[in-house]
Amino acid sequence: MSLLLRGGRVVDPANGLDAVQDVLIGDGRIARVGPALKAPEGTRVLDVAGKVVCPGFIDIHVHLREPGLEYKETIASGTRAAAAGGFTALACMANTAPVNDNRAVTDYILAKARVEGAVRVYPIGAVTRGLKGETLSEMAELAEGGCVAFSDDGKCVMNAEVYRRAMEYALPFGTPIISHAEDCHLARAGSMNEGLVSTELGLSGQPAAAEDVMVARDILLAELTGAHVHIAHISTAGAVRLVREARARGIRITAEVTPHHLVLSDEAVRDYDPNMKMAPPLRGKRDVEALLEALADGTIECIATDHAPHALSDKEGEFAEAANGVVGLETAVPVLLDRLVRAGRLDLPTLVARFTTGPARLLNLPGGSLAAGAPADITVLDLERSWTVEPGRFLSRSRNTPFGGWTGQGGPVLTLVGGVPALPGRQPLAVPGAGT
Amino acid sequence: MAWKRKDLLSMQGLEAGEIRDMLDTAESMKEIASREIKKVPTLRGKTVVNLFYEASTRTRTSFEIAGKWLSADVINFSASGSSADKGESLLDTAKNIEAMSPDVVVVRHKASGAPALLARNLRCAVVNAGDGAHEHPTQALLDLLTIQEKKGHLEGLNVTIVGDVMHSRVARSAIHGMKTMGMTVTVAGPPTLIPPACQELGVKVSHRLDEAIAHADVIMMLRLQHERMQAGLIPSVREYSRVWGLGLDKLEHCRPDVLIMHPGPVNRGVELSPEVADGPYSVILDQVANGVAVRMAVLYLLAGSKAA
Repeated sequence: MSLLLRGGRVVDPANGLDAVQDVLIGDGRIARVGPALKAPEGTRVLDVAGKVVCPGFIDIHVHLREPGLEYKETIASGTRAAAAGGFTALACMANTAPVNDNRAVTDYILAKARVEGAVRVYPIGAVTRGLKGETLSEMAELAEGGCVAFSDDGKCVMNAEVYRRAMEYALPFGTPIISHAEDCHLARAGSMNEGLVSTELGLSGQPAAAEDVMVARDILLAELTGAHVHIAHISTAGAVRLVREARARGIRITAEVTPHHLVLSDEAVRDYDPNMKMAPPLRGKRDVEALLEALADGTIECIATDHAPHALSDKEGEFAEAANGVVGLETAVPVLLDRLVRAGRLDLPTLVARFTTGPARLLNLPGGSLAAGAPADITVLDLERSWTVEPGRFLSRSRNTPFGGWTGQGGPVLTLVGGVPALPGRQPLAVPGAGT
Repeated sequence: MAWKRKDLLSMQGLEAGEIRDMLDTAESMKEIASREIKKVPTLRGKTVVNLFYEASTRTRTSFEIAGKWLSADVINFSASGSSADKGESLLDTAKNIEAMSPDVVVVRHKASGAPALLARNLRCAVVNAGDGAHEHPTQALLDLLTIQEKKGHLEGLNVTIVGDVMHSRVARSAIHGMKTMGMTVTVAGPPTLIPPACQELGVKVSHRLDEAIAHADVIMMLRLQHERMQAGLIPSVREYSRVWGLGLDKLEHCRPDVLIMHPGPVNRGVELSPEVADGPYSVILDQVANGVAVRMAVLYLLAGSKAA
């Protein structure tokens, strides 16, 4: 079974390509990319003229909530949300119940994902048992089982000695350590960014320094151990500066940024809407500017959603009491296509790179490229398509988005995983029957 | 000008005309307190629910008296002994209360933004009676009324607010209200008790008490919560009291007509010495009396003026 995507603008940063070409897919892999390709006998042809054909987008920071918190999200619902949002692969964080700190949980996630997953799922193992920050999880077995990175995300490993040993122990596996950089003492119970807005709202704030000091520590530990340390959801101008300097010195430090930190500031908290509450919190306008600049210049190589689904009961009450986190899989690509690319703040190939080559490189994943022979994971975008964010129509089980009611233009219209539509019949360009 | 808002949630955002309107209405309410029969039929048939999630004697009582003097039915709902103890969410409780058709819900809550949450979800008027460290608008209104009575005007006066501004909803409401009325506000306290970016609110910040109060027409002392010491924000109550407490000695270099205010309850001997609290400069009890008048005005403008 083969498929030809005819006449689209192919944006493939991994191969330096941005041109109108055809993409031929056979046996679940990219067969060829080139101008005016001939379709072999029996090939299904899909006209994608006017659309943008990219390597499949990868989100390396997702909370799938299964096992244990299925009332928020499941592997089935989370991966369908990912596919609807244009992602062909995701990495899922370890803070499930039980925690993914042992091989049995990793096996469970992968087995479930094989049967029910709409996109590829790469588990991330816990750094410490039970995310307690005390003893190392069985990282060798986790890596053998398929964990592509280690992280206690949601919590910061406060003990620098424990963290140092984790970095060293993981060196042979070639897996990065992903840091949730937040000094819990400095952050205290701060439910938003510390600044004028927190003062006016009377909400306890956490200073940007709560993130910065931990990023500084993790840079020093990366230098000490030689480990690859990846900063999750970087959110401050200070942390960006530290990462930029450290990278210039050759330290193996990388960073990701979320869509919400790129387009929202702490001003958005003024209505006490718990959907504006997450960790790290929405920061000041200067931080937002610094993040965008770092995304453009490559200091930040990757956009990741930190998709953190919560049921309404966890999110509807008092701001200070509400759970941290927002969903992001179904809004990331459209929101950034409109607010960054369409607004002229970032060019399309760079945005695509931050969703493809960046994440693939950081976690050593096979995707992110349309090279011949690569898995045919493909995201097709329509830059003209108008949208309105309607949380009630999400495929995610949760609705906690900060973008409800937003309108814009540009979004994914087809997600192919291994050459096959991830959501047959649901997306505007989906091709029922193709590949089946 | 006529009051047009459904709720009273904050001083921030109120226009000078609206504040003026409130104060004028409160002024006219004061006459009722001097009558032998303190009751007018203005809010007969109206229901006011006092929804207090935090312990409060004076504010709750003040709203209760205000409602009763206006002939409203006032129901007190406190978190202890209610469904709030059984884990019912704020929103559920509020919706249940709304099903009983109140005209005004007066809410006190430890979470900043709780009244705003209720206001968005309830059709009736919502009055913020203090939410976390956010605002306490009726306190600011009664402070303004007291100052106006004593000084004859508001514009151009210097006010110094001393103490734990960081955690004070009283201070935030006062700052917004006073700035709007053309007053100059200085906040003073140890840096650990001054909120971040405070200058951006349009106030002066001082870390020296003598300097901060030297030219003040009004000194507003804030209550020091003992929790602040446990949180590591001050070393000891003893030291705080020595440096930031107001005694007669420190008043020597102040204006002879300075007013001393305090939102209560006073920690005697901590932020205020008994001589100052009970002395000639103190207008603390006038504040309490004006509190009833201000809350009558608020209830009247939110619940009564349209129907009347």
